Amino acid sequence: MMTLLESQRSNIYVPIGLALLSALLLPTVGGVFAALAVGLLLGCAVYQHISQSAKMLILAFTTIATCVGIRLETHNDWYFIIMVLTLVAAVTLKAPNWFKAVLGGFILLVGMFIFGFANSFYFELAIQIAIYSAMALGLNIVVGQAGLLDLGYAAFFAIGAYTWAIFGSAQANQFIAGGGFPLNGVWIYAFFFIAIITTAITGLLIGLPALRLRGDYLAVVTLGLGEVVRVVANNLNKPVNITNGALGITPVTRPPLGWFSDMLSGFGVPEQLHYQIFFYLLVLIIIALIVVVNINLNNSRYGRAWVAIREDEIAAKAMGVPMLQTKLIAFMTGAAFSGAMGVIFASQRTFVSPESFTLLASVVIMSYVVMGGMGSIQGVILGTTTLIILNLDILKNISGQLNTWRQEGLVISPLFTIVVAVLILLGLWLLRMPIYAKIAIGILAGLILFRLTGYNLATLPSQLEPTKYERLIFGIILVLMMIFRPQGLIPEQRHQIEDQEARLEASSKGGKA
Amino acid sequence: MLEAILQVLPQVILDGLVLGFVYAMIALGYTMVYGVLELVNFAHSDVFMVGAVVGVEVFRYMGNPDWGWNPWLVLLIAFVLAALIAGGVNMLAERMAYRPIRMRGGNSTLIPMITTIGVSFIIQDVVRLIEAIWHNQFFLQFRSAPVFESVLSFPPGADFPLISIKIGAIVVIVASLIMLGGLLYLVNRTKLGTAIRAVAQDRVTASLMGINPDTIISRTFLIGGAMGGVGGVLWAILFPTISPYVGFLPGLKAFTAAVLGGIGNLSGAMVGGLVLAQLETLGGVFLPILTNNVLGTEYKDVIAFLVLILLLLFRPQGLLGQQVSEKV
Repeated sequence: MMTLLESQRSNIYVPIGLALLSALLLPTVGGVFAALAVGLLLGCAVYQHISQSAKMLILAFTTIATCVGIRLETHNDWYFIIMVLTLVAAVTLKAPNWFKAVLGGFILLVGMFIFGFANSFYFELAIQIAIYSAMALGLNIVVGQAGLLDLGYAAFFAIGAYTWAIFGSAQANQFIAGGGFPLNGVWIYAFFFIAIITTAITGLLIGLPALRLRGDYLAVVTLGLGEVVRVVANNLNKPVNITNGALGITPVTRPPLGWFSDMLSGFGVPEQLHYQIFFYLLVLIIIALIVVVNINLNNSRYGRAWVAIREDEIAAKAMGVPMLQTKLIAFMTGAAFSGAMGVIFASQRTFVSPESFTLLASVVIMSYVVMGGMGSIQGVILGTTTLIILNLDILKNISGQLNTWRQEGLVISPLFTIVVAVLILLGLWLLRMPIYAKIAIGILAGLILFRLTGYNLATLPSQLEPTKYERLIFGIILVLMMIFRPQGLIPEQRHQIEDQEARLEASSKGGKA
Repeated sequence: MLEAILQVLPQVILDGLVLGFVYAMIALGYTMVYGVLELVNFAHSDVFMVGAVVGVEVFRYMGNPDWGWNPWLVLLIAFVLAALIAGGVNMLAERMAYRPIRMRGGNSTLIPMITTIGVSFIIQDVVRLIEAIWHNQFFLQFRSAPVFESVLSFPPGADFPLISIKIGAIVVIVASLIMLGGLLYLVNRTKLGTAIRAVAQDRVTASLMGINPDTIISRTFLIGGAMGGVGGVLWAILFPTISPYVGFLPGLKAFTAAVLGGIGNLSGAMVGGLVLAQLETLGGVFLPILTNNVLGTEYKDVIAFLVLILLLLFRPQGLLGQQVSEKV
């Protein structure tokens, strides 16, 4: 294995070949094959030992290739994924800052628009990614930096969303006389700050009793809070109708576009894309703000105190870190972020109902943080992106494929059974696990395969719909990440340094022995 | 208004008692695991749900009146199967997920807790998947036997009896009393129980005394899960509509009950369950009366949460718990 890696060390011909191949495939064959070539090329940039300038060239090439590809095809999710991965690679690889800024800016401000104009679905996807990235970055302060388990994050989101939804729709006329509602859309900017204040106060009220105790209590109290907010939102339609109960509030006013809309029309952008572009840019600005705040917090007195608490609470206490105050600030900051994003969520969707704010929503956002790497900013954004693409795009496609097979009445052939059986046997042979577990899995898989052979997919139960099993997917991701890679896809820098030190220590000890 | 309250009071207290025993059964699972590992097992509410689903399935296939199975026998089979399967699921989760993380070491409570949340979601959707393949629906209805549905009233034969209780509810009380008594005996009088208490007190020292902590932890999960599983069958008798997501609320309340009684303390969990259920049923019935229907029965779920918050403010160690300093 080692020799294989070393032999690749200065091999520049593979990326050149792949680049030529993808340049050839893009306009001719397109589809999965072209995407595969571009993807492999990107892989070369990340994993091969080639010079920095070559890596930069490759990244620039993949960006342009995906943009060209989407212009030619209008719908190819692989290009979108590869462009996002290029962005991630550009940010995480060692490269000059000007290059990161130019490529990042190009992808976010030009590449994204090329995708959005080719197919507005990609704009929707990008907005979702951006909103949830901002939320995950807020949760990252609580969970990732301070190490507090907050399971009621969606509750703060709900409070923020309802704050604007009630006053930004006709709903407020139900309990405030005068009929002055909905408020003008400009008010949304004021409501950002109102939502930040209300959610921070809620965080204070919840945190004050719970944060004095061990971390597990916070988890349970926030879990309860999530449920309480849902119950209240569901039932506060009597005696005075404030939240409109389970029906939810709609339509929520959006901010006026004014000159922005005129400008887009001047460029010939179709009307229905205006709000999408507006929200995309708005959330991008917010993310930039959040990232700056995050970085500054990270290096501040509080950021260091949070890390100290996260790593060892008792030691931090002994060093004189004020526990309650420090934890409260983390908790309230996270809550405020969530509340502010709630306002955007309400106006972007123009619809708010209690069902958007379940425990599932909180855990989903936590999976984003856990997947990417607790405490790491790039990691959290990457985690959010991956899982949203998985959930909104890949799972939907699988469901669609399954439904097509169902309608066509596809029958599972014995050949398929044999191939799968061989693969399972191979896996059992290669994996390390106790022999009884192997036998049990083997028998179980054999029985299932035996039943499945000759099975007509037309008789598949209609409840079997992959998109409905998102809990399963997020649960598996959480558990697997916690077992095999608790530091996440892109570990926080502090963790990276710790890991390196541990490795150095181990190797120096090994050298002496 | 007072008259209205007094009239229904005995019935409400009785209902609270029945509910309280189920909460106590679930709370024990939380408190036992917390005792040995200092871990809040969020997946316990779903282990409980597995028990309820097993109960539904057993009664679906054996409870058919035409087949002439004795309903009591079917109930016993449901209890045993639910205990075995739910306990097994809990044990499997420990073996597959929590143990590898424990073995890796580290003093973070965050990582194991996130894992239990993940396991909780996995159990929910795996049950949903199984039910989807099996019956193509996952909202299940518990088919009770007529015996459990018949009602006893006191005083007998009155037009408006003071209290009335279903046989099913009596089954709940009796079964949970037996299980709770059995558990107390197991933990306090047997060798396994001594070992569990030893591991809970000090895992390292216990291992020096010839106890294998991993085995004991595994058994603790089995026992806690079995209690939760039987609790699930009892829940299905009381509230016959069962879905894979039914465990969440009772689980949250049972955890509150465990904290209320003093987490890590077995009798505390039982007391906590009974007290919390009383507060909840009383609140559910009297909130609308007292507030003139401004606050409806729906707000009864909020009561458990308020209790939890007040408790953490004023008596975080719980009713029967002792203040302990954290181990370093």
